[in-house]
Amino acid sequence: MNVAQVWSWLGEVADPEIPVISIVDLGIVRAVAFDGDACVVTITPTYSGCPAMQMIAESVLDALHAHGLDDVRLVNQLSPAWTTDWMSDAGKAALKGYGIAPPTQQAIDISGLRGGVKRGKSGGGFVVPDVTCPNCGSTHTQLTSQFGSTPCKALYKCLDCREPFDYFKCH
Amino acid sequence: MANFPDPKLTYLLRQGDNALILSQQLSKLCGKGPALEEDMALTNVALDLLGQTRMWLGYAAELRGEGDEDTLAFLRDAQDLRCCLLVEQPNGNYADTMMRQFYFDTWHYFLMQGLLTSSDPRIAEIAEKSIKEVTYHLRRSGDLVVRLGDGTLDSHARIQHAANALWMYSGEVFLYDAADLAMVEQGVAPSSDSLRAAFLEHVSEIFAEATLTMPDPDAWMQRGGKQGRHTEHLGFILAEMQFLQRAYPGAEW
Repeated sequence: MNVAQVWSWLGEVADPEIPVISIVDLGIVRAVAFDGDACVVTITPTYSGCPAMQMIAESVLDALHAHGLDDVRLVNQLSPAWTTDWMSDAGKAALKGYGIAPPTQQAIDISGLRGGVKRGKSGGGFVVPDVTCPNCGSTHTQLTSQFGSTPCKALYKCLDCREPFDYFKCH
Repeated sequence: MANFPDPKLTYLLRQGDNALILSQQLSKLCGKGPALEEDMALTNVALDLLGQTRMWLGYAAELRGEGDEDTLAFLRDAQDLRCCLLVEQPNGNYADTMMRQFYFDTWHYFLMQGLLTSSDPRIAEIAEKSIKEVTYHLRRSGDLVVRLGDGTLDSHARIQHAANALWMYSGEVFLYDAADLAMVEQGVAPSSDSLRAAFLEHVSEIFAEATLTMPDPDAWMQRGGKQGRHTEHLGFILAEMQFLQRAYPGAEW
């Protein structure tokens, strides 16, 4: 039993909300280590209120138990706070294939308080990212809401193919 | 639970209770937002605040040495809650809801920024996690204040009324008592003066853009919530929020 083996098993655990992406690709698993016989998996919440975290924790335990690891300990780590920068390229590609535009810029700049929907792409201190439509590939898209169907997504619409879509927002 | 002799426990309960009660208030609007996007935004913010509540009250319960986040949320009566009066004010019309949010978010953002360098590493971690969410909240509530203020005659009148009516509840968070001052002294919390200056600057900037008249910064501020003396609204909020655990103790789903 080694750490790399555990990582590959965890790579098969799907995110409960977005089943095409694994929790490893999402950047939720921060560390795997052995403490004697116990396997210690460190996970970090995406958003503090993310209702999927409990299910993710259970899926991790189930997956490792199924592979014969009985002694598994989960550690919840808040700092450094999760960021979309930790999402893997494979994860981003899977999101796009699933119809969710992946995060396009580095983590949000928390110093910019101003701006948003109304002020458009460059007004205020907050630059609205250029988001590519996952359906037709156009960059002619518009933010409809900062908040989407889950805490990690924003709502966009494509001005070319007219399809609405989810954008995995930078965080 | 009558008194909390430990200033840090008091401080944690204040943070947790603010997030808990505002989350509960926003949750009441689920399915009732004025537009689908607004409905989702309200419930997203409510969810973020609930997640933050769990971190604050979880830490508070550990410090207290008994119970957990759930017993603190569901089994304390109004006089034991330490939320400020602002968060317990009714949802009212949408201008009232958004102005309450804007005053709260503005203070909350600068507080989290201050807590990033807290001498208590656990508090600094909670702030680091929360500030990303709080930044989104403040952008949105500031945006809506501008839209409503610089909107129609009707929306302008309503948001100006909300700004004036809620103003007297906006200052309690800057009135530090012995527990707050002990936290400042220990390097756990930022001082009131720096937070209040940043708050007033941001509010006046957004109000100028929203064509709103800024209320008097030196007006009398209502107080007492942080010490457990609440407005009549809190009892009704708790009656709804705590009913299940009171009627069926230990119920789970």
